[in-house]
Amino acid sequence: MLELANIRKAFNQGQHNEYWALKGIDLEIPPARVNVLKGPSGSGKTTLLTILGCLARPTEGRVRLKGEDISGLPERFLTEIRRSTFGFIFQQFNLVRGLSAIENIILPGYPTGTPRARLVERAEALLADMQLSHRRDAKVEWLSGGEQQRVAICRALINDPEILVADEPTANLDSKLSAEFLAILRRLAEAGRTVILTSHDPLVVESEVVDRVYSLRDGQLIEVVDTRRAWP
Amino acid sequence: MNRWIEKQRHLIDFTASSLARRKGKSLGLLVVYTLLVFVLASVSLYTHALRNEATRVLAGTPEVVLQRLIAGRHDLIPPGYIEKIGRVRGVQKIEGRLWGYYYDSVLKANYTFMVPSDRRIAEGEIVVGPALERSRGLAEGNGISFRAYSGELHTFIVSEVLAHESELVNADLVLMSEADFRRFFAYPDGHYTDIALWVANPQEVRNVGLKLINALPDSRPILREEVLRTYASIFDWREGMMLALLSAAILAFGIFAWEKAAGLSAEEKREIGILKAIGWETGDVIAMKFWEGFLVSLLAFLLGYVAAYVHVFHFEFALFAPVLQGWAVLYPSFALTPKIDGLQVATLFVFSVLPYTAATLVPIWRAATTDPDTVMRS
Ligand SMILES: Nc1ncnc2c1ncn2[C@@H]1O[C@H](COP(=O)(O)OP(=O)(O)OP(=O)(O)O)[C@@H](O)[C@H]1O
Ligand SMILES: [Mg+2]
Repeated sequence: MLELANIRKAFNQGQHNEYWALKGIDLEIPPARVNVLKGPSGSGKTTLLTILGCLARPTEGRVRLKGEDISGLPERFLTEIRRSTFGFIFQQFNLVRGLSAIENIILPGYPTGTPRARLVERAEALLADMQLSHRRDAKVEWLSGGEQQRVAICRALINDPEILVADEPTANLDSKLSAEFLAILRRLAEAGRTVILTSHDPLVVESEVVDRVYSLRDGQLIEVVDTRRAWP
Repeated sequence: MNRWIEKQRHLIDFTASSLARRKGKSLGLLVVYTLLVFVLASVSLYTHALRNEATRVLAGTPEVVLQRLIAGRHDLIPPGYIEKIGRVRGVQKIEGRLWGYYYDSVLKANYTFMVPSDRRIAEGEIVVGPALERSRGLAEGNGISFRAYSGELHTFIVSEVLAHESELVNADLVLMSEADFRRFFAYPDGHYTDIALWVANPQEVRNVGLKLINALPDSRPILREEVLRTYASIFDWREGMMLALLSAAILAFGIFAWEKAAGLSAEEKREIGILKAIGWETGDVIAMKFWEGFLVSLLAFLLGYVAAYVHVFHFEFALFAPVLQGWAVLYPSFALTPKIDGLQVATLFVFSVLPYTAATLVPIWRAATTDPDTVMRS
């Protein structure tokens, strides 16, 4: 699905505080699986995730999406790919305060020019799937943490992306909600979506829903473990 | 194309709901902006209407008006005077005029009594301006008495009320026949108030003026072009335009400074980060903000302009009249003819909506071009 070849990422390149957060990473993300990036704080998980999700460009190396090299594409095309192929879930949920749940969910659909009625219809289906239909018109700041998380998932799915990317998605959830969240990810993967998340939460890393774990340390990939089932 | 329209609709939706979410800031901005447009449009509408009025007043007046002076004071034109002028070359038409002021002690108002040259009025009848119609409740067929300076009472029948369309000119007019006029003011036969001269060639006017002074040393010619110039210096549309442009510049600057000072709140920056991360392009964010600026300034423009229209044409420019005393004292009270000039509206629109819309885009530019991954680290 996604392939990285010799990815290196520098912050503040050429300045006195130049810092290499990723130092040559090769990996392959298989489709329709739950993938977890783990590692100590500062090891480069978030940085790697932003490159996988086309939110940032690597300083060196190639990114291939479904066999196509996308690392050299201009910003516009990258945004287009990000919009159509990726859905994002953030640690702070990053919902827009003051807007209702449904309005937050349809936001990523705006730039596509899809008619509002279609977007709302899709969002309602997603809300129903997450058992959130009754909170449809509630302002997001009134929702509980778990509800906000599920709204964020709906928003990530509104453009029907093949790949779902989440940075520390369970950091703000208790164990029960984390487990529910992982179950949702499982369902999504089984429905054919590729899931990539970062976590240093053992509950996530050791969860049985996870297919593959990538261990990072000091900007390098030190171990890849297939945890769940045999690979074809 | 359809998608593009649909997208703009989404962006406008989002912008409208953002404005609603930030009610305080949006309303404050709208009020300040509307007020500024209101001031600008009021001044602009007022000067424009006045200028129109003045042009109309002067259109029918003669090129030269000749007064006679005695010891520096305006005096009556004696008989034989007009005949002397007849020999001045370049003069097309000469006419002795009869007019004067009458103080109505009942209403404590001044009227202008006049014998019209372009129409005949039967003896015993008068034609009155709209001010008299209003203040004395006159209508066609009514009788009215004026006490002459001699003390006798003269009664007239109102045969007509003048049209309202140019009140500045004829509000306080009372037109009557020559015989009535002379009788009422005990005006000696053959005497006139002043002399009107029509000169065919505009180039000749100045010469005619000089010749008149030479031929009649006790006279003072008043040239229309001089009056026009005086009027023009007050009403000239270029000056109005300058005023509009200047104020627009100040307005744009004020709003820009305000916007700068207020800047983008942390909340707005966060929102832009989110939008970019979930797949909005820089261009989408900027387009969204463009709509915001456009909606606010358009609304302010409409509100301000309508308010200014009402202010100028229904409340007689009441708020600023004291500031513009110079014009107000010409005629203490009169209703202007409502008039909207397309070019004027367009100028006002361009110079109020564009700068603000542009100004809102500047701070957004930097926020919108930040890398989408920054949202991961907030
Ligand atoms: N914009 C930046 N400028 C400079 N250095 C940065 C920037 N972003 C990240 N870094 C550095 O890169 C390194 C990797 O950061 P990253 O956020 O990827 O770590 P992480 O594994 O996600 O850590 P955590 O578990 O704490 O989230 C860190 O040392 C961090 O300080
Ligand atoms: Mg991180």
